Amino acid sequence: MSFLVGENMTGGYGSADILHDCTIGVDKGQIAVIVGPNGAGKSTAMKATFGMLDLRLGRVMFDGEDITHLKPEERVLKGMGFVPQTHNVFTSMTVEENLEMGAFIRRDDIASTMEQVFDLFPILKEKRYQPAGELSGGQRQQVAVGRALMTQPKVLLLDEPTAGVSPIVMDELFDRIIEIARQGIAILMVEQNAKQALNIADKGYVLVQGANRFTDTGEALMANPEVRKAFLGG
Amino acid sequence: MADVLNALVLLANFLIVPGLTYGSQLALGALGVTLIYSVLRFSNFGHGEIMSFGTMFTIFFTWLFQGWGLSIKPLPTALLALPFGILATMALVMIMDKTVYRYHRENKSSNVIFLIVSIGTMFVIGGIVRFAIGPADQIFFDGTRFIMKAREFKQMTGLSEGLAIKTTQGITIVTAVIVVAFIWWFLNKTRTGKSMRAYSDNENLALLSGIDPARVVMVAWLLVAALAAIAGTLYGLDKSFKPFTYMQLLLPIFAAAIVGGVGNPLGAIAGGYVVALSEIAVTFAYKRVVGYLVAEEHAPETLLQLLSTDYKIAVSFIILVIVLVIKPTGLFSGKTL
Ligand SMILES: Nc1ncnc2c1ncn2[C@@H]1O[C@H](COP(=O)(O)OP(=O)(O)OP(=O)(O)O)[C@@H](O)[C@H]1O
Ligand SMILES: [Mg+2]
Repeated sequence: MSFLVGENMTGGYGSADILHDCTIGVDKGQIAVIVGPNGAGKSTAMKATFGMLDLRLGRVMFDGEDITHLKPEERVLKGMGFVPQTHNVFTSMTVEENLEMGAFIRRDDIASTMEQVFDLFPILKEKRYQPAGELSGGQRQQVAVGRALMTQPKVLLLDEPTAGVSPIVMDELFDRIIEIARQGIAILMVEQNAKQALNIADKGYVLVQGANRFTDTGEALMANPEVRKAFLGG
Repeated sequence: MADVLNALVLLANFLIVPGLTYGSQLALGALGVTLIYSVLRFSNFGHGEIMSFGTMFTIFFTWLFQGWGLSIKPLPTALLALPFGILATMALVMIMDKTVYRYHRENKSSNVIFLIVSIGTMFVIGGIVRFAIGPADQIFFDGTRFIMKAREFKQMTGLSEGLAIKTTQGITIVTAVIVVAFIWWFLNKTRTGKSMRAYSDNENLALLSGIDPARVVMVAWLLVAALAAIAGTLYGLDKSFKPFTYMQLLLPIFAAAIVGGVGNPLGAIAGGYVVALSEIAVTFAYKRVVGYLVAEEHAPETLLQLLSTDYKIAVSFIILVIVLVIKPTGLFSGKTL
């Protein structure tokens, strides 16, 4: 079983189910990528894994423990980090304060973790006293990822970290994400740039209408003609 | 030259010093309203009565200390009693939150429900205050009345106009500066204060960062209780304590909060002074000031008063309407702490 896995998840925001028997998971040091059309339920699957909506069926396992009924805050304490798709920084607070808030649950010295984040994203060091709301979209995404890294999570959930980011910065962000994974952190991410993402993925999920359509290694999905035709634009 | 100075002293005595004093009181009140708005996301109409409640308890303790013969002359005994008034107010808001507001938070009631509930608390607290201390006027200031008397000022400067500074005015302004500095330090430099700003900025992300909303809400209420008790006591010391005036204070306080941009603490402070100074400026009779500045034959015959003081309360209302029409987000727009 994977290090983090949402198994057979069924549920939604209200009466109607968005997810139908959906399973996503990731292992330590690996990158798992979820792709699929708009409205497929990718973000919903991430939120379900993080306990932000009630599941009717299925369970979420983390490090061999059933965490289905834990609140998001409690999952943070367990070692999970989440970067939502939107509203993922504190806009009125400075970059440094964003990182401090990311480390809110920690009582030890956070200076070295902050240095690591600055090493990973040098631009943040430069802009550390600027409000996050005044940064460019790409810089903001770096703040968002940096904030989530501050708890030193064992698993990181990223919902479209490269949204609205130029191709160059995107490649750079992917490099950084690989770097984070190499440190032994499990990364589960949703990506709109399916080709590039599957290229770096150990595991890929194609979601359609809240259900798993294809699940395989990133490489195999890239090679699969059906996936190529329908989801990767040929 | 002396005439110009006389005119300035006249303005300082009747407009600027009282304006800064009243402005400080409004600013502290508006700061409380703004804190609740940005953390709990509703307009707390009960704020005036919370101020009244805090003042009442400060008065009770003042009487107790006076009975014991305790005194800190030249300062009023009320300053000694104020910490106890603050504690009583903190107890009140904690009980109120546990019994009333928590239910609505857990049920995710809409803002309108919160607003109506706060009007309910206003009536309940107002009732308690009138029941406990009575509706009559209470003057609880003791200590030395003046820091500087008009006569002393005249002797000192040789001018024909005097500048008087009441002890209560000095205390109000100094306290306001200290309190505002403390709030600024708290919100920007402490872990708890920053978590409060984070929660106000983005509730969801605060949750994802492990910030405990229950704690943020509790700290916000405690701060607001302290601010309300301080603002109310300063106002009561300066004027007098009369329960119904505190309900009337709600309008200028909300005007101040909205002028500055609701949810913005700096705006609330600036708004307090804007409202107070305009209220006094438009009800001030400029006859004597102009009299000093123009030749005798041009001296005005009317009072040169824009509005009679009876309409003082209307000024806040007019400011409120103007701001809402021209710049609804306030002078310092922004919804966060
Ligand atoms: N907060 C919400 N309340 C109710 N329904 C929602 C909510 N968020 C999303 N939905 C619905 O759930 C479905 C899946 O949305 P979701 O955000 O998971 O899609 P997605 O795959 O992440 O899409 P995108 O690629 O555009 O981000 C959509 O039909 C959407 O309307
Ligand atoms: Mg999405």
